[in-house]
Amino acid sequence: MTYADLPWWIVLPAALLLVTGSLLTLIGALGLLRLPHLYARLHGPAMGATLGLYCILIAGMLVASFVEQRVVLHQLLIALFIILTAPVTAILLMQAALYRERRRSEK
Amino acid sequence: MLTLLNWAIDFSLLVLVLANLCVLFRLFVGPSAQDRVLALDTLYVNGMLMILILGIRHGSSEYFDIALLIGLFGFVSSVAFAKFLLRGEVIEP
Repeated sequence: MTYADLPWWIVLPAALLLVTGSLLTLIGALGLLRLPHLYARLHGPAMGATLGLYCILIAGMLVASFVEQRVVLHQLLIALFIILTAPVTAILLMQAALYRERRRSEK
Repeated sequence: MLTLLNWAIDFSLLVLVLANLCVLFRLFVGPSAQDRVLALDTLYVNGMLMILILGIRHGSSEYFDIALLIGLFGFVSSVAFAKFLLRGEVIEP
């Protein structure tokens, strides 16, 4: 099977998932742009890093599974890695922000 | 039917470019250093999504390795920046 003869029951969910995932990422980036302070802004990009990423990964798994005629699951590695690392980054950034603001108010 | 998939890929790449422009604005304007580090982390994730979408379009699995590496380096650089903001140095003696 090649890329050119994908049936509609693969193309339709894949296209829907791609559009949904990218729009969710855009909403997250708009949250990063518009929210008032850092602790609120930390929540915006989490949309793109969770739901947007999963939608796009599932679309990629659908297309790759049909093209190669076997179950392709290695995209799940990226999802697992982001699940493990995104909270660590957020916690460290929040600690740094708290520390710096306290130190600046003490001066 | 392939036209629909190509249209969806083009649309999502365009939307991700718009999202990256928002994040770039925050990266350049962001009032504090923490905001800039957060924007850089978001930029890494969005770039990884763009490369995954390009991998769907070209149907090759090399893009997957690139996306995995970008995720890895994004995590390491964000943790290093946060550690630098917290302590003043990355690797403590």
